Amino acid sequence: MTTVTPDSFSSARPEVVGLGPVAWAKKNLFSDWFNSLLTVVIVGIFAWGAVRLTSWAFTTAQWRVIPNNFGLFMTGTFPSGLYPRIWALLAIVCGLAGLSWGVLGRNVSTLFSRSVLIGLGLVCAFIVLFPPTRPSSLKLLPMVALVAIAAAAGRQAGRKFPGIGKWVSLAWFLSYFAALWLIGGGLGLTPVSTNDWGGLVLTLFTAVSGIALCFPLGLLLALGRRSALPVVRWLSTAYIELVRGVPLVALLFMGQVMIPLFLPVGSRPDRILRAIIALALFSAAYLAENVRAGLQAVPRGQNEAAMSLGLNTPTTLGLIVLPQALKIAIPAIVGQFISLFQDTTLLSIVGLAELLGIGKSILANPAYLGRYAEVYLFLAVIYWLFCYAMSLGSRKIEEKLNTGH
Amino acid sequence: MAHDSGSRSFNLKVMLRDERFWKIAFQVITLVVVFLLLSFFLSNLNRNLIQMGRAFGFSFLRNPAGFSIGESLIRYRPNDPYWRALTVGLGNTLTLVAAGIALTTLLGTAAGVASFSKNWLVHKISRAYVGLVRNIPLLLQLFFWYFAIFGMLPNPANQIGVLGLAFLNNRGVYIPWASSAVLAVLGIAATVGAAIAAFYLWQWRTKIRIETGVGGQKQSIALAVLGLVWLAIIVFGMNWTIPEGIEGGGVTGGLRLSREYVAALTALVFYTSAFVAEIVRAGIQSVSKGQWEAARSLGLHAGIVMRLVVFPQALRVIIPPMNSEYMNLTKNTSLAFAIAFPEMYSVSTTTYNQTGRPVEVFVVLMATYLILCLLITLVMNQFNRAVQFKER
Repeated sequence: MTTVTPDSFSSARPEVVGLGPVAWAKKNLFSDWFNSLLTVVIVGIFAWGAVRLTSWAFTTAQWRVIPNNFGLFMTGTFPSGLYPRIWALLAIVCGLAGLSWGVLGRNVSTLFSRSVLIGLGLVCAFIVLFPPTRPSSLKLLPMVALVAIAAAAGRQAGRKFPGIGKWVSLAWFLSYFAALWLIGGGLGLTPVSTNDWGGLVLTLFTAVSGIALCFPLGLLLALGRRSALPVVRWLSTAYIELVRGVPLVALLFMGQVMIPLFLPVGSRPDRILRAIIALALFSAAYLAENVRAGLQAVPRGQNEAAMSLGLNTPTTLGLIVLPQALKIAIPAIVGQFISLFQDTTLLSIVGLAELLGIGKSILANPAYLGRYAEVYLFLAVIYWLFCYAMSLGSRKIEEKLNTGH
Repeated sequence: MAHDSGSRSFNLKVMLRDERFWKIAFQVITLVVVFLLLSFFLSNLNRNLIQMGRAFGFSFLRNPAGFSIGESLIRYRPNDPYWRALTVGLGNTLTLVAAGIALTTLLGTAAGVASFSKNWLVHKISRAYVGLVRNIPLLLQLFFWYFAIFGMLPNPANQIGVLGLAFLNNRGVYIPWASSAVLAVLGIAATVGAAIAAFYLWQWRTKIRIETGVGGQKQSIALAVLGLVWLAIIVFGMNWTIPEGIEGGGVTGGLRLSREYVAALTALVFYTSAFVAEIVRAGIQSVSKGQWEAARSLGLHAGIVMRLVVFPQALRVIIPPMNSEYMNLTKNTSLAFAIAFPEMYSVSTTTYNQTGRPVEVFVVLMATYLILCLLITLVMNQFNRAVQFKER
């Protein structure tokens, strides 16, 4: 993830104002003989590729592998009788998402602008038309409505009680435990063994847990590496450099095999927990470097000014330095979260049935022999959507926090 | 403080308020906590290992491995010791890393520079490539290349020939290669040597031309001679064998790159290049607009401005993050294990499965990757020093 800096020269999108399509094409596609050749060759290759791809998608490809296994892709081998719990979880997430959207957008003049309405309409149309989601459209359409209603309610509440943002954050925090309870059962619900957790639900769960664990750890490591106390600095540096020198697969392998060895005889934490720990320990080292870059970008004067006002080290860090450093580091931090999300695919190597893992086991089914391209393309679209949404969100936060001139 | 220095009595209250005391105390506490944690983990480890009857030690590396490895740079038989099997794995990792770094640098730089193209299509393709590839997990891309692209190539009976020089089928890719390994190594060494010599000759020529404004013909001639000698060595000295299709399917001669290797290399190069392209783009953008305009107003055309003015300045910004991309590529070669390419991580897990020695195997694995990353950093630091501002 790199910061998007404004285009500085030549590549900047050409000004097309007042240019007819022919003039535009002449300027941007056929400006000299080399560009013309390039354009012709590229268009040729693309046309050939498009023809091949369409003919594959409509003749050779057998897409039924997707709708037939849609439940598996989403929830793995989660018992189908307990699906209402997953729906409840989705409802909680949708409600909270709508609420946050409403609270954040409380000062916007129209919450449901035309583009938002078009977007919602497209989502509804997609749910009804896309074959895998069509059977459950009666459950998915109310979810969309829930998001919209919660947004409207959140806007009203946000205007009435300006301090409601904290409560929404608290609700998100509590929803994590609600998710744990709804997926895993216990406390009055039928328990579901972690062997039956899988699919997109497991991917999102491990990613969220990993992010929640690695952020505070990475923050502490970054502060430790910048600390004036030599012992703390050496220990943090050693940890960061050691972890960054090892591939994640090796750490996951250690998580699965060696965490039980490091604990008292007989204690064996759950394998999903072990995987999450390894994932968080790995990402924390990278996150620490991103936060450190942010810390280094805060001018020294800020620190000195805070000190001369009589603030002690913890308050200087917490009130003056960190808020500025984190603001600078947001793009890099979100980039790290995106790669953590992508890294959850490696859990399939250590035998967890997350999205990619469940794809592999579906492909092992003789009924879907050789349907690699279909399954992997479908998974690629899902991963791409989530990663793209995250980077889009990071850009929005950046814009919101950008108080510079 | 005045009353304090007079009385020598130990004053707890003052000490607790002294920041220096807390600085030392905090470090001592950290050390103690880390020490306690480590000793807790290590004593558990020791107890668990003793209970399993496997005391810590590396002597098992001399036992015969007993498993076969699909492809190998050095001669290897199943009853060779474990350390030799691990060396084979390391060799395979190194071939991936070397080819990967070379190809990633080329493709990544090309894609990064392409995003500044005046051609609208080229610009858009570069942006779309980066946006698409960076947001899809590498492992998924690896599976896609291995199963859905290279796995769907025709079987040897219907293999695809490329100009009669190379062949593609679902077992791998066959390319022309030197007839013996020694010749191949010599050829690569000659290429690297010639490249380094050419670089210094070129610098010498540029220096002379900058200082005197003319001359440099001798160096140009030397460059041409060097190129001809290199070409002669490569064309006639390597004793090339060209793959030939056999009647009914299959290939003889040439070098076979296994499907695993080709898929792993393609996935790694495509994935890492997208990140390199962003680095190159950011680097070029960091060069101020005035440099570009000044060079243009001197009458240089766009290609020369990029090559002689903008890119050398951009390199200062580009090289430090490239180091971490090369390190990522090195570490990501371990994913090739998922498609059964016998690289370092793959051989290590087989070793672990057979010997049941996770700690020792992990130590070997960690040390190997750490040393590889360290070597890359050392080389890149040299490059970095070469392109930094020469300040007086």
